[in-house]
Amino acid sequence: MSGVFMGMPSLPVFGDGNLHIDEPFPAAAHRELGNTQMRANLRHATHTIRDKRIKVVGELPDWEELRDAGAATKNQVMANLPALLEEFEKNFTARGGIIHWARDADEANRIVSDLIKEQDTTEVVKVKSMATQEIGLNEYLEEQGISAFETDLAELIVQLGHDKPSHILVPAIHKNRTEVRDIFLAEMPNVDPNLTDEPRLLAMAAREHLRRKFLSAKVAVSGANFALADSGTLAVVESEGNGRMCLTLPETLITVMGIEKLLPAKEDLEVFMQLLPRSSTGERMNPYTSLWTGVTEGDGPQNVHLVMLDNGRTAALADKYGRTALNCIRCSACMNVCPVYERTGGHAYGSTYPGPIGAILSPLLTGIKSEENSSLPYASSLCGACFDACPVKINIPEILVHLRGEDVDSRRGEKKLPSQMDLMMKGAQWAFSSGKNLGLLEKGLPLGKLAAGQDKKIKRLPGIAAGWTQSRDIPAPPSQSFRDWWKKEHQSEATTMKQEK
Amino acid sequence: MKIALFATCIVDAMYPQTARATVKILERLGHEVIFPSGQACCGQMHINSGYMDEALPVVANHVQAFEADAYDVAVAPSGSCVASVKHQHPILAERCGDAALKARAEAVGAKTYELSQLLVDVLGVTNAGEQLGSHFPHKVTYHPSCHGMRSLNLGDRQLDLLKSVGGIEVADLPEADQCCGFGGTFSMKNADVSSAMLEDKAKNIESTGASLCSGGDASCLMHIGGGLSRTKSNTTTLHFAEILASTMAEPVSVTGEVFVGKGGKR
Ligand code: SF4
Repeated sequence: MSGVFMGMPSLPVFGDGNLHIDEPFPAAAHRELGNTQMRANLRHATHTIRDKRIKVVGELPDWEELRDAGAATKNQVMANLPALLEEFEKNFTARGGIIHWARDADEANRIVSDLIKEQDTTEVVKVKSMATQEIGLNEYLEEQGISAFETDLAELIVQLGHDKPSHILVPAIHKNRTEVRDIFLAEMPNVDPNLTDEPRLLAMAAREHLRRKFLSAKVAVSGANFALADSGTLAVVESEGNGRMCLTLPETLITVMGIEKLLPAKEDLEVFMQLLPRSSTGERMNPYTSLWTGVTEGDGPQNVHLVMLDNGRTAALADKYGRTALNCIRCSACMNVCPVYERTGGHAYGSTYPGPIGAILSPLLTGIKSEENSSLPYASSLCGACFDACPVKINIPEILVHLRGEDVDSRRGEKKLPSQMDLMMKGAQWAFSSGKNLGLLEKGLPLGKLAAGQDKKIKRLPGIAAGWTQSRDIPAPPSQSFRDWWKKEHQSEATTMKQEK
Repeated sequence: MKIALFATCIVDAMYPQTARATVKILERLGHEVIFPSGQACCGQMHINSGYMDEALPVVANHVQAFEADAYDVAVAPSGSCVASVKHQHPILAERCGDAALKARAEAVGAKTYELSQLLVDVLGVTNAGEQLGSHFPHKVTYHPSCHGMRSLNLGDRQLDLLKSVGGIEVADLPEADQCCGFGGTFSMKNADVSSAMLEDKAKNIESTGASLCSGGDASCLMHIGGGLSRTKSNTTTLHFAEILASTMAEPVSVTGEVFVGKGGKR
């Protein structure tokens, strides 16, 4: 054991690794919007999964109750995290597993790399895992002379294509099958040069390639979907079976898992095993669910390690309004229904976690002050489709708004020169905090006509409002506000009444 | 019933005819409408943009304005403003550490309704043609705004009311539940994405062949109408309150000066 969990650290430590974005969202989105092939692929894929999800969710009469149960369990986990972690550690260790605690990405990477080096190998197979992507494990291992082979088909496509994942569940969602074939032909060793883009043939080519890796690897690295505190059990949920190969064949198994993945007891799986597959792929059940508890002599991996990753999670937990983001089970339903994600794709979010959950999770883990991450909470029209779809009812729009508030407050704290937006908001505060003020401002409405053309439309606005008029006209304002009309109407009423007297 | 009208800032300043239509409908049903004069804005723009300190006096003003007069219920022709009053005001007050304001905001929120909510749930209007004399002989399509649909769970209330208007033809809008891309300051901060969303919404609207797209939020309609106008579309937008207010004797004039676009093929 490399350490003992001491409860919440007094000062939150923010996360690092692939959580920081290096270009503000609007700029990245602008670039990605220009990629019409990607947009078409993405629209097709997300709409297909959306329809499937709605269909299978509709089959369950108690879907809303399941969501409530999932949310309640996760809230309970977050409220008792230190105690549950200790319980889990005790049970995991009693079954022959070894736990390592990692404060941040760097610590986690070093632990995993040292464990691999102990096994005297330079090749590992990997089960698709968000946690290892978050810490940038593959890149780190490469620097150490260790090659990590992704075995999930989509992840393999991304890896071979020297690309980045753009979706948490379907990392190659932005690629169509012709593009996949081209990648295989160019990058896969020993591939049939006559390979077509028929999905079956593509899958078979990948299968052959992967089988060689499964049979030779001494070490596997995985993530985990759930960890059960009452028994010290870990769970991976997948659909291709590659995960099970990695989890059972090698001698050494190293799992990297965020500390928020805990569930109190195995009974809780009942709820989550219904919520997860239906929300993520629109399937009633996922094809493979692997559960393992420590070491079984003569069967499966004999060295079983678990790296428990904080990397900003305790900081997020300390945020009263943001902490429910940790309830996320990474199903990806929110990104599949998000109109912003649908158009920009995952790369625009610049972090391991794209889409609506990424827009809140990344800044929560890194702290809102970090570089460009503060542009992420604004990457939403707050339409609420994500909240509707989320199986554990994370109120993403509310957390987005909360984080926008944190961002504005933190810039206010730095006493920077006010931006145009700041000035606009100040002005609007004056106008909107009394009926009298707004009434005064409305007296100027007829002036707005000056800005309008002959067709009574305003076609260009200056400054930050310029974006609005890039694709929309604004009507010339009316000559009289409702307030003035009302006053006049009711004054004349009052006068008539007086005259009648 | 004595009904307090919350006109909302955008309707008050830019679309006064929508508020007038709301008054007309309620008076036609025999109710007394009052206009609390202290009202200005719900503060949604400030809150959604993260300007919580600036939002606080705006929210406080709204609460105060709607405490000033005696009335039975308050109504606004806007789903998003009502959602803000009901859901955002108490949260903001709590965040700013003002427990008293939170309780007052909750009380005002509990009395506040979106127009279709009030008409259907409280006033029992199910057939606008019969009960309001609504008449509007045009082909119309309908976009449900996100906040009404998801925060207030309005369901088909607005659409059903529209369908019951005399002489109207309502065409289904493809992908109706997709956001139009407005999102307040989102349309400035992420103008490119907003425009891409708008483009798809406009295409879907035009595919229906309707001369008007109706809805329940002036801001979304301004955004959609502004996009249709820029592409010189024959289709424009109109708030559902104005369609309900339109009668045979007093048809709504859809070519008024504040409308974007030429007003469709009429
Ligand atoms: S936030 Fe909700 S919908 Fe999005 S990935 Fe997480 S669990 Fe799924």
